[in-house]
Amino acid sequence: MTNSLLEMRDLEVAFTLGKQDYPALQQMTFQIGEKETVGIVGESGCGKSLTSLSIMGLLPGTAKITKGEIRLDGKSLVTSSAQQWSGVRGKDITMIFQDPMTALNPLMPVGKQIAEMALLHLGVSRKEARQLALDMMAKVGLSRVDRLYGDYPHQLSGGMMQRIMIAMALICQPKLLIADEPTTALDVTIQAQILNLLRDMNHSTGTAMLFISHDLGVIREVCDRVIVMYAGYMVEEAPVEELLDHPRHPYTAGLLQSLPGADKRGRILYTIPGRVPPLTGRRTGCPFAGRCPSATAICAAEVPQMKKAGEQHLVRCHLVAG
Amino acid sequence: MKWKQLVRNKPFVIGASLIGLLLMLMVMSLFYTPYGPNEMNTAMRLAHPQPSHWWGTDNFGRDIFSRIVEGTQTAFLIGVSSVAIGLFFGLFIGAIAGYRGGWTDEVLMRLMDAKLAFPGILLAIMLVSVFGPGLGNTIVALGLMSIPAFARIARSGFIQYKEFNFVKAAVARGAGATRIIVHHILPNIASPIIVAASLRFSGSILAEAGLSYLGLGVQPPDPSWGRMLSEAQPFIVNAPWYVLITGSVITVMVLGFNLLGDGIRDVYDNKS
Repeated sequence: MTNSLLEMRDLEVAFTLGKQDYPALQQMTFQIGEKETVGIVGESGCGKSLTSLSIMGLLPGTAKITKGEIRLDGKSLVTSSAQQWSGVRGKDITMIFQDPMTALNPLMPVGKQIAEMALLHLGVSRKEARQLALDMMAKVGLSRVDRLYGDYPHQLSGGMMQRIMIAMALICQPKLLIADEPTTALDVTIQAQILNLLRDMNHSTGTAMLFISHDLGVIREVCDRVIVMYAGYMVEEAPVEELLDHPRHPYTAGLLQSLPGADKRGRILYTIPGRVPPLTGRRTGCPFAGRCPSATAICAAEVPQMKKAGEQHLVRCHLVAG
Repeated sequence: MKWKQLVRNKPFVIGASLIGLLLMLMVMSLFYTPYGPNEMNTAMRLAHPQPSHWWGTDNFGRDIFSRIVEGTQTAFLIGVSSVAIGLFFGLFIGAIAGYRGGWTDEVLMRLMDAKLAFPGILLAIMLVSVFGPGLGNTIVALGLMSIPAFARIARSGFIQYKEFNFVKAAVARGAGATRIIVHHILPNIASPIIVAASLRFSGSILAEAGLSYLGLGVQPPDPSWGRMLSEAQPFIVNAPWYVLITGSVITVMVLGFNLLGDGIRDVYDNKS
């Protein structure tokens, strides 16, 4: 790992429902190095998107950061005022959304939407912004960009729109790009193209990436390091090959076991019994204890701490010897 | 564009033709009317329609056709400017209330509700009687009257659209509130606003006719349809055409704008 670009330390995010606070993210501690690509996996509702939104400062109104620290380049984001944050948003940190069809303004030409980004953050003239946008569109693999510039989102395919989103995200040469399930809404061949593009852009521009997905195959394609999340906790963190080959946490192992594959043809896929406990029904102890095949008494009583299970390999489990 | 659909929509075509006709009359009246609108001819008082006076004359012997045609100017002026006032402030208030939400929304919208609680025409009468009758004050009163309607429509649009992904994406891009309101949300809620504006247009013209009928709107001798109607009233038996013609013209204008609005709504707000 090189110098750390983004540092999250003991972050806790809670939703306020009625008069009570329900923590949705707890003890989030991780780093993203310069030019590094870090993946976050986990099933729906485990806090992946909440993690990215808290980095962006875009938490919904009912949620707030109750504890901890997020630093970008050593500068704290948590204490930033709204105005400072909006200077960081879009300039230093940008985000690609899950569904490009809904993430573009239907009534604004796509090129103009890319140029808007440059206008907002680079202090360039309209004409320069247009030129930058055209260049960026070509860089993300779009052709006939002059004509495309004036097209509206409904005239484009899903893959083209996601390329537009990527162009928009990278035009200001951000330090960190957050990709929240960028390929989920696309079909498989387009998925592969978009992943390649993201990887290429990561190499050529040196933008670090936080890649959120529930698809371990996609994570393997793109990421250097992976964080596995469960019910608001990080449960395992390791370099991608290490994690996929030697999972230590029972949840990760379960996830990997439930992947389809050629050798499992004809057999019923494994599923982890139970489901993620809802926000309001989380109890003490290990978050995964209720579904864990090898849970013991201590698992229900105490939240395990992250411990080292190898070089660069962290796991949150009582059953793993430190 | 949905021009093709609009052209095939009957209410739109009928409404547009009626409004177009009145617009043409208005343009014509700027350069030419058969008689001066205030030109009296005491020899020809309350004349019935005939070749020299197509729609007859009033109790002062003034040519009704010339006065009606001249009155289109007042009608359009009042319609356009009061709708413009209503739109400007209504959108402004609605945008802030809808986009900010929370307390801002509560306070602004309760104010609008308070305003809606008064019957519009009553409010206009109150304003005009405080500030005095006349064209300018009538316009201001009618404009203020139409603010709440636009504010509510804008607010509901903003509430709906601020949750859309592309708006959130714009926030994530670092776009400020003004930029998001003006560039990203407003164009998307244009169609219900256009519909409301065209319906409001007829509402304003009707309200002006009402005010002028009561003697609070446009002052004599400037021709106004509403006041012509009230002047025609005593002669309803002797010169029924005076009332009928004036009333019909108001009806045509109002009907035209309503049909126009309905047509646009059919085409643009068709959710099915």
